[in-house]
Amino acid sequence: MNHAQKRLAFLLLFAPFFLWILLLIVLPHIGVFILSVKEKVGMGVYEYGLGNYIEFFNEPVYWNTLLRTAVMSIFVTIVTLIIGFPIAYYIAKIARQRAKAGLFLLCLIPLWVSDLVRSFGWIVLLRETGIVSSFLQYIGLVDGPVEFLYNDATVVVGLVYTVMLFMIVPLVTTLDGMDDSLIEAGFNLGGSRLTVLRRIIIPYAMPGIISGCIVVFMLTAGSYLTPILLGGKNSQWFTEQIYEQFITRFNWESGAAFGVLLLIFTSITVWIGLRLSGQTLSSTVAKT
Amino acid sequence: MSSNTNTISNPAINPKPAAFNQVRFLRNCFTGYVVLFFIYLAAPLIAAGAFAFNDSMFPALPWQGFTLDWFFSDTEPKLGMFHDRRLLSGLSISFWVAIIVAVMSIIVGTCNAFLFERMDFPFKSFCYIMMVIPLVIPGVILGISILVFASDIANGMEDNWGIDIESLRPGLLLVILGQFSFITTITTLVIAARLKKFDIQLEEAALNLGASRARILRTVTLPFLKPALIGAGVVGFLISFENFNTTLMLVGSDAPLTITMYDRMAKVGSTPVLNAVSFFLMIGSGLLALLSVVVQRDKN
Repeated sequence: MNHAQKRLAFLLLFAPFFLWILLLIVLPHIGVFILSVKEKVGMGVYEYGLGNYIEFFNEPVYWNTLLRTAVMSIFVTIVTLIIGFPIAYYIAKIARQRAKAGLFLLCLIPLWVSDLVRSFGWIVLLRETGIVSSFLQYIGLVDGPVEFLYNDATVVVGLVYTVMLFMIVPLVTTLDGMDDSLIEAGFNLGGSRLTVLRRIIIPYAMPGIISGCIVVFMLTAGSYLTPILLGGKNSQWFTEQIYEQFITRFNWESGAAFGVLLLIFTSITVWIGLRLSGQTLSSTVAKT
Repeated sequence: MSSNTNTISNPAINPKPAAFNQVRFLRNCFTGYVVLFFIYLAAPLIAAGAFAFNDSMFPALPWQGFTLDWFFSDTEPKLGMFHDRRLLSGLSISFWVAIIVAVMSIIVGTCNAFLFERMDFPFKSFCYIMMVIPLVIPGVILGISILVFASDIANGMEDNWGIDIESLRPGLLLVILGQFSFITTITTLVIAARLKKFDIQLEEAALNLGASRARILRTVTLPFLKPALIGAGVVGFLISFENFNTTLMLVGSDAPLTITMYDRMAKVGSTPVLNAVSFFLMIGSGLLALLSVVVQRDKN
């Protein structure tokens, strides 16, 4: 290709990318930011200022919800990692070749049905008249129906379920690339199981761990259905606040401020996570 | 999973009797854990599916006997899903939205894959990060930002020129754009991963044999990418179909299935017809996922 042709090819490939990112990501986010610093001072009269943010910090219900969402999301991320890591290790290193593909596929199945169906399944299982409650009564462990829904533990169970796959997939991918002889060498040098895990396997799996944690954390903090359906009307999830401001109260300015705050907050958490682990966004998330 | 002794392949573990028993015990614990995990994965899906066949007004025990009414019955109060007009319209809206989103995101994703795998340009790594970012923005935020941006444009048009563009108000166009904005990242990553494996010498050989660039693309490169294109399309279709967060903020009067189901759940409470839809969706997406696996395996 000569120079002019190359340039044309580049422009033709760059144009869709540029339009996509500019029109659907960059400009809309700038728009939300501008909206968030607008204050309504009268009928159709607006002024720029930080009023929406000040309102957020003055109202404990708002920032308590954000804090709660944050703490729960971090907790869900940790639980997902602890539950998922052994499973990923089993699939990548212990299961034999054919079982491996099968187990991996099984892991993906819940991914293909919507949040709604998954939460719905948990409701059928856990509600007062549900399967678990009936079963416990049947075997005589409890006297009357038990309501398992509408508490934090159930929300965690449902959220972990929803995001588990996004932890397991990157973990299996990284562990799969690990040479078994590294583990053998660790044992030959006299390392105990714990030492091998701590000094060899975990450091090797770090990009996968971080990638999984970032995606899981973002998905959890941004989730809407699971906390509402399993946590009930008082689930106090921050996305619910954003929805309420936007759709129910039609207060777009303060809804936009909430959105910006959620985005800033999740970005800072991810940035700290990357810093602490010495990884970068493109070396982790994009790899999987 | 039953014969655990065969899976011990690690020669570093000394087969001393006591240690061996301990190893076997640990292995069994591990296998048990994995089995429990898969029960956890399957339980809610089985529960959601099973009650579609219960002859009762509520998706709850006791079991009242097997029925297919929740799929095929055409009379109230047990209106089956195939006679429920609103559910069917949600299903068809979701289907068309998912098709359009999948096609759009495959096209842009393919361009992106070539851009990042074949081209060198200034700020490439910055652009790459921008390409990945939509994946980690919460769906609700993507939704509100596109909602705000579209309304800004629509209001600007109306105030300055008196033109009212209805399609910039919440509705299917915005739903499609909102889903497209992050699904494109996923299709790009899938297609780029396949393009990375392509041996560029094949193209050079074809070039030496006198083929034109367009012809090479059509006869060599795109056929090689085909499994990834189909795979990306299936993934895009399924993610669009099941999307809720972004759609919720952008939806107008024509509601896709997830929104219709959610409304039904919130207003009427859950009835077994929702179990029937869930069962239908599980079978449908399972078959699609299987299709994409088969297609990808054949070509490898």
